[in-house]
Amino acid sequence: MGLNLLALGTNRLPSLIRAVALQGVALGVMPLLMEYETLNWRVAAVALATIAGKGLVIPALLRRAMRAASIDREIEPFIGFVSSLLLGAGGTIAAVAFARALPLLPEHAGTLLVPGAIASILTGFILLIGRVKAISQVCGYLILENGIYLFGLLLIHSTPLLVESGILLDVTVGVFIIGIIVDRIQRAFDSLDTRKLTTLRE
Amino acid sequence: MISLLLIIVPLAGAALAVLWPSNRTRPRLLPAVGVVHVVLAFWLFINPPAVAPGAWLGFDALARAVMPMVSLLFLVCAAYGVSYLRIRSERPNRVFVAVLLAVLGLLSAAHQARHLGLLWITTEAVTLAGVPLLHFNGTPRAFEATWKYLLIGGTGIALSLLGSFCLGYASLHGGGVGDLTFTALTAQGAGLSRPWVLTAWVLLLVGYGTKMGLAPMHTWKPDAYGEAPGLVGAILASAVTAVAFTAILRVRAVIGAAGEGAVADRTLLVIGLFSMLVAALFLLGTRDFKRMLAYSSVEHMGILSIGAALGRAGVAAALFHVWSNGLTKGALFLSAGNIRRAAGSASMDEVRGMSVLMPRSAAMFVTGMFAITACPPFAPFFSELQVVRAALASGHGLATAMFLGCLLLAFFGLTRVVLGIVDGRPRPTAKAKGKRFVETFGVVTPPLLLLGLSLWLGLFTPAILREAWSAGTAQLFPKP
Repeated sequence: MGLNLLALGTNRLPSLIRAVALQGVALGVMPLLMEYETLNWRVAAVALATIAGKGLVIPALLRRAMRAASIDREIEPFIGFVSSLLLGAGGTIAAVAFARALPLLPEHAGTLLVPGAIASILTGFILLIGRVKAISQVCGYLILENGIYLFGLLLIHSTPLLVESGILLDVTVGVFIIGIIVDRIQRAFDSLDTRKLTTLRE
Repeated sequence: MISLLLIIVPLAGAALAVLWPSNRTRPRLLPAVGVVHVVLAFWLFINPPAVAPGAWLGFDALARAVMPMVSLLFLVCAAYGVSYLRIRSERPNRVFVAVLLAVLGLLSAAHQARHLGLLWITTEAVTLAGVPLLHFNGTPRAFEATWKYLLIGGTGIALSLLGSFCLGYASLHGGGVGDLTFTALTAQGAGLSRPWVLTAWVLLLVGYGTKMGLAPMHTWKPDAYGEAPGLVGAILASAVTAVAFTAILRVRAVIGAAGEGAVADRTLLVIGLFSMLVAALFLLGTRDFKRMLAYSSVEHMGILSIGAALGRAGVAAALFHVWSNGLTKGALFLSAGNIRRAAGSASMDEVRGMSVLMPRSAAMFVTGMFAITACPPFAPFFSELQVVRAALASGHGLATAMFLGCLLLAFFGLTRVVLGIVDGRPRPTAKAKGKRFVETFGVVTPPLLLLGLSLWLGLFTPAILREAWSAGTAQLFPKP
């Protein structure tokens, strides 16, 4: 959850991408820690695939897109860095409080899994709405996905491997395609400022 | 086994298209695969296979009620695609053809998915595969539209994943094993945990509603449909929305089994009416005839959602409307594509007198406009009439009044734009451009065929189709 706040507070895109990558690795390690007594190859496979996909492949794609566009700073966000930090912190506290009120199974009630998931989803939305550079918005989208994935860990025993890997594959391909589009937008508009994407309106 | 071929054949065709060397002959793969797909789909339609209850994929009654339309529409669009790509021979079409075929395969998988996770994976894959189709024209406007489509569509589809997990947790919390097949979820029924079921319903409705284009999650639609080539618009507006709609129907059946059907119906009714109202108001304001088609699509998604809220009769009417809207919208998008190519613009400020320059496409565009605004004897009239009857029979008088009011507003909006571009004297600049675009057999016949199908569906709805729709409905509702 600290990584969420780092992502909100930073104005440098490399540290934003690093926060997303670390979060991906943490997500991959999570099932290993949760299940270390009853570790089976299925859980391990999912964990490894997560670390590889979310921790390595996706950040590498993002870095490449960033270098191609030769920008590394988010200068004028819609929602300022301090206010988005405050929003994120407030959201995290609210998530912890809210998760207590949720009807959870006893084995999930004490963990920080559900509040973490809710806080990440909120952070993702703040980044999606509050940033103007396309790459920052993609990072927001990824943090949102990470939050959903964290929630999905509650179901890790019942979701088949095929489904888990399909979801992971879709997300990775999605980011790959987003990377291509970011590149094309950069060429077509000579900028990654999404505020320039306003030709299409009523 | 044959139902798997529906998925494998297009995907193999896509792989073949990637390897195919010639840019000129590659588009012919589209109708070739389309014909095989139609034959398979209709063979399955006439001889429905038995589907094992726990199967993840299967040509079940609901797939049977919708899939043949998707297949037929794709074939007609594929035939149009051959002529279209010949006109656009200056652009490489390897990715376009391959992705179009892959979309058909993924759509077939999504229609047959009986597992919530598999449904999500295939729908997301369709969303991602749509991207290269949208920016085929390569203009800055097209990239802007693609970006909005990706960001809004991606967020929506992410929320439906969260919803799927919530439904799985509802099963765990209710003492189940978290099996995500629709059969298992429906069987657990009232055993599902109530708060999680409601959360899941909201998230899944928002998620698949974004894909379908229900207001207020419709904002990507006018941009995407406005900038995409006509045949891509036709496939997105008819086939992809049909997948999202059947997804909502399947989820609605689970919610109904969990005893929350009344809540689900109320939200569907409200969101449907809101979509119709928003679409009707924007139709009165828009000046772009391709964006107009997008708003008309939002309106018809609203009609589907209202139908889904009205119990058995309503769902059967909505399945009918999936067919009538799909075929008629296809004709509109294809003829609008012709007009757009000839006129060089999609704005009614710049386009006039198309009945002189493009007599055939303009005539089809006007006829299609009357068909989609529910003028008899085209199919949309009969399907919307069934929705109205279902609404009145279940005592929704006020909703029916709003429904009819929105239809009237939409009619004003559509006629304003369509007659505006068809009537009058063509602009001198447009005249010079019109010379370059010839209304060949290949670009006129496909929309004409779709209009003919819409007319036929309205006049002589075959008994076997009615039977398929009621069977699809019966699958969704428990036996009384």
